[in-house]
Amino acid sequence: MIFDKWIAAFSQEKLTCSACKKEFPVKELRKANYICPDCGKYMRIGGRERINQVVDKKSFEEFATGLSSVDFLEFPGYADKLAKAKESTGEEDAVICGHATIGGYPCAIFVMDSRFMMASMGSVVGEKITRTFEYATAHHLPVIGFTASGGARMQEGIISLMQMAKCSAAVKKHSTEGNLYITVLTDPTTGGVTASFAMQGDIILAEPNALVGFAGRRVVEQTTKSQLPDNFQSAEFILEHGFADAIVPREELNDTLTTILKLHRKEQAAK
Amino acid sequence: MTPYEKLKKTRQNGRPTGIAYINGIFSDRVELHGDRRFAEDAAIVSGIGSIDGLPVTYIAIEKGTDLATRMKTNFGCPKPEGYRKALRLMKQAEKFGRPVICFVDTQGAFCGADGEERGQGEAIAENIMEMLGLKTPTISIVIGEGGSGGALAICSADRVYMMENAVYSVISPEGCASILWKDASRAEDAAQCLRITADDMKSFGVAETIIPENFDDFSATCEVIKKNLKEDLSELLKKSTEDLLNDRYRRFRKFGIYEENGETHGTVAYSI
Repeated sequence: MIFDKWIAAFSQEKLTCSACKKEFPVKELRKANYICPDCGKYMRIGGRERINQVVDKKSFEEFATGLSSVDFLEFPGYADKLAKAKESTGEEDAVICGHATIGGYPCAIFVMDSRFMMASMGSVVGEKITRTFEYATAHHLPVIGFTASGGARMQEGIISLMQMAKCSAAVKKHSTEGNLYITVLTDPTTGGVTASFAMQGDIILAEPNALVGFAGRRVVEQTTKSQLPDNFQSAEFILEHGFADAIVPREELNDTLTTILKLHRKEQAAK
Repeated sequence: MTPYEKLKKTRQNGRPTGIAYINGIFSDRVELHGDRRFAEDAAIVSGIGSIDGLPVTYIAIEKGTDLATRMKTNFGCPKPEGYRKALRLMKQAEKFGRPVICFVDTQGAFCGADGEERGQGEAIAENIMEMLGLKTPTISIVIGEGGSGGALAICSADRVYMMENAVYSVISPEGCASILWKDASRAEDAAQCLRITADDMKSFGVAETIIPENFDDFSATCEVIKKNLKEDLSELLKKSTEDLLNDRYRRFRKFGIYEENGETHGTVAYSI
């Protein structure tokens, strides 16, 4: 019932392409995988939408829910920002984790949601991603991670930096036991997330034109004291420099992931 | 001193930098250069030496002591090749069963275009992950400024020490103030909010040990560090590889303060 109302509200909603500024009904954009029908711009999409696009229908079972961030430093404005992000997205924080199948192959999946405080990484994001890897290690499952982030959540001070190490430790353990980790870099993947689990995948895929980098463009410009090329820190740029395995268009992502998962089936490896 | 005053002090001339600690703590030193991939980065000074007969690998971020050395070391901002050099030395230490001692002193990783081209993010990510899985004891000492991921890349260790007036932060207070409040001049406030001091690190469990600073008698300070290193290393070297790695995993696994189903979690006891 609530779901129907939500669909109805959704279908009338329109979204503006951030590149060409043209407006399209959400319904139409959904069908087009949120790629602008006019200019081809890859729009940023929410975590749930992303999961719908990628996993087998009705296969997603969310875990690590019921966690919410604490303003333990009493950082000015943090509580307010959290409340607003929760209200505008309906999510508890900036990552959704769970178990799903893709092309029939089971996997653990985490999807970061840039609409929630630019998916900055605080304790909750770090904890949920760590639990995803621990779950996958325990169940010998591959992890598919969709990254998007402005970086560490500075309102949680040094504890947010420690999330990079906490997640990396869980990735390492998962990897040491021979499990597969695929990252899909989406717009924008930057800062502490780039400098940790986004770049630790066995296979690193990226969405066309996604911004991927470590330092912010303005900071780099100030350091370099010169104009940077237009494609600087794009998916294409990191592919060219050898830091991504492939750029995969949204409509091909499901097939590509299915093929990679198929080639890493455990029973296959045992033969 | 306020947190921001401490930070500014770590950036001043006259404070001992990485090389001074290396010379003060280790004997039989042989410096080893290069990442074997792309280049040598003077912002990372590394090699092998001994602490009273115990062979160790040392890795320090060096920011230089005058304009010439500061230019050469990029003011202590390592490039990807610097982090890869550090990783090479860590892997070499693992092979020969040597403990790794790191000295952290950086405003952050180098932020230039060539750093991005050569995968600054990937270099740091790889270091953090590999350091956490390194099958040999690791101890990191923040001697000045521990700046974000660029510090963590050689600070994902079994034990972390803080020099008394050193700081460790997820972002520079200037960066934080300019992003959050569009006003870099409010760095003082940001430093206060971020909690960056040695005492803060100890109460968060981010550091185990605070080393008192006595720079008038630096050799005495180095002796204190040596004593701590020897004690901790003898304990760490007794552990099986499995225990060492599991304990290191737990050390980092505990970080996080959050609410779960109405209850506040986080083993780190902290109150303002």
